[in-house]
Amino acid sequence: MAEPAIAARNLSLVFRTNDGPVHALSDVNIDIAPGEFISLIGPSGCGKTTLLRVIADLEKPTGGEIRVNGVTPEAARLARDYGYVFQAPALFPWRTIEGNVMLPLQIMGLSKAERQERARQQLALVNLAGFERKFPWQLSGGMQQRASIARALAFEPKLLLMDEPFGALDEIVRDHLNEQLLKLWATTRKTVVFVTHSIPEAVFLSTRIVVMSPRPGRITDIVDCDLGPDRPLEIRETPEFLRIAQRVREGLRAGHSYEG
Amino acid sequence: MRASILPVLTVSAGIVVLWYLGAVWLNWQVVWDMQARAGHAPDFATMVSLTLSHARPLLPAPHQVVVETWNSLTGPPITSPRSLVNHAMVTLSAALAGFGLGSLAGVLLAVAIIHVRALERSLMPWIIASQAVPVLALAPIVIVALGALGMTGLMPKAIISAYLCFFPVAIGMVKGLAAPDALSRDLLRTYSATPAQVFWTLRVPTSLPYLFAGLKVAVAAAVVGAIVAELPTGAQAGLGARLLAGSYFGQTLQIWSALTVAAVVSATLVGVVGLAERLLARRMGARA
Repeated sequence: MAEPAIAARNLSLVFRTNDGPVHALSDVNIDIAPGEFISLIGPSGCGKTTLLRVIADLEKPTGGEIRVNGVTPEAARLARDYGYVFQAPALFPWRTIEGNVMLPLQIMGLSKAERQERARQQLALVNLAGFERKFPWQLSGGMQQRASIARALAFEPKLLLMDEPFGALDEIVRDHLNEQLLKLWATTRKTVVFVTHSIPEAVFLSTRIVVMSPRPGRITDIVDCDLGPDRPLEIRETPEFLRIAQRVREGLRAGHSYEG
Repeated sequence: MRASILPVLTVSAGIVVLWYLGAVWLNWQVVWDMQARAGHAPDFATMVSLTLSHARPLLPAPHQVVVETWNSLTGPPITSPRSLVNHAMVTLSAALAGFGLGSLAGVLLAVAIIHVRALERSLMPWIIASQAVPVLALAPIVIVALGALGMTGLMPKAIISAYLCFFPVAIGMVKGLAAPDALSRDLLRTYSATPAQVFWTLRVPTSLPYLFAGLKVAVAAAVVGAIVAELPTGAQAGLGARLLAGSYFGQTLQIWSALTVAAVVSATLVGVVGLAERLLARRMGARA
C-alpha cells in the first residue's frame, strides 16, 4: 500500500475545562489511503469534528501520533495539503463569489490572471459558472456551500476535509449536492474525510465509514462500504445499501449501550 | 424614504413654532421696558412684531437668524473679516486637519492595541481618561503651550480637534478589528495565512462599518474642537472667534448665525462621511 494520506496512532485529545478534563478523543487509530472517501459518523460530542480539526492542525492532540501525507499536521497545513469545508459556507460577504474562491490563491501569492482562471475552472466544476460577479447573499444556501467547496479545491489540495458541509441544508438540496460531490470526487480522485451525522449520507458517499461514540470520543467500528464507484440516488433502496446502513446503525447503538 | 418626510416636516414645523413663541416670550420684557421708557404703550400685535425684529434680542427669531446668516455669507467679500465664509473656511480647515490627524492616530492606536494584548490594559484607561478631561479647560493650556513653542495658526487648533477625534475612531476600530468570528479566522488558518494577510483580508474589511461609525462621531467632534480652540487665542478668525466677539458685544444675531453655519458645516461633514460609507459599502456588496 502507498503511504497513507492520514495515519493516526493512539491519538488522544483532552480539553482542560473548568468542569474538569473532557476526553474529546481517546486512543484513535486509523489509516486512510490516498483516494479514499472516509466518513466520520457519530452523535454530537463523539469527537468527529475534533478529529477533523486535529487533521487540519486547528487543534493540537495531547497524546499519540498523527501523520498527514507523511508529515505532521502543521507541516501539512503549511504545505497547503488540504482544503477545509466548514459547516457554514464562511464566505466573506464583502467579496464576490469569484473573490471568495480566489482568496486562498491570493494568500498563496498567485498572479491575478492565474487566480481568475482557477476560480473560473473551480466554479464550473461545482456548477456555478456565471455567478462569478455575484455576492454571497445573492446565492441560495446550497449554492453558497458549493462556492465554499470550490474555494477549498481552488489550490488543488491533495486532501479535502469536510465538516458536515450539508448539515444546514434541506434534504432535496442535500441529495443533489451529495450526487455532485460524488462526481467531483470521481473526477478529482482526492482523499476526502467527511464528517456527518446522517447514516444515508455516509453510506451513499463513502468507501469506508468510521463510526464514533462519545465520552470518551473514540472509534467503535469501521465499516467497509463497497458499493462501487457508480452510485445513482436509487442505490439507497438496494438491499446492499440497507445492509451497510444497518451495520452503521448497530455500531452507533453499541457505542451508546453502556451509557446511562 | 417618502414615509419619513412627513414626520421630519412635522417635527421641524413644531420646532419653528416653539422657537417663535420662545422669541416673543423671552424678548417681551426688554422690548416692553424700551417702549415704556420712550413713553409708548404698544398694543399686542405691535409688541409681537417688535419682539421679532429687535436688533439685540435675547432669543432672535428664526427668520432673523436666516437673514443675518445669509447677509454675512453673501454680503462682505470673502476675504473680509466680516464674511462668515471666511470664518467658516478657517474653522473648517482646522477641523479637517484635526479630523485627519485624529482619525489616523485612532486607527494606529487600535491596530497597536489589537496586536499587543498588553496594550489594551495599559493604554485603554488613559484613552478613556483623556476624554474625561473637559476640552474647554484643556484647550487654552495646549494653545498657550504650543504658542510658547512657536506653533500658532492652524496646527494648535488641529491638535485640539484631533484630541477629540481619535477617541471614537480608536474605540470603534478596536471593536471592529476584533470582530471577525472564529470560523473566518479558522478558514484563514487552514490557508496558513500570515498575520499581515489576516489583517488585510479579514480584519480590515470587517472593521469598516465600525470605523465609519467612529468617523461620523469624530468629524462632528472635530468642528467642536476647532471652535473651542479658537476661543482662547484672542479670537482673530474662525467661527469660534465670531462667537466670542458676538458675546463680547452682545451681538446675539452674530452668535446665532455663527452657530448656524457651524451646524451646517458639521452636518455636511457627517453627510460626506456617510456618503463615503455608502459608496464603499456598495463596492463591498452590501444589499442596496
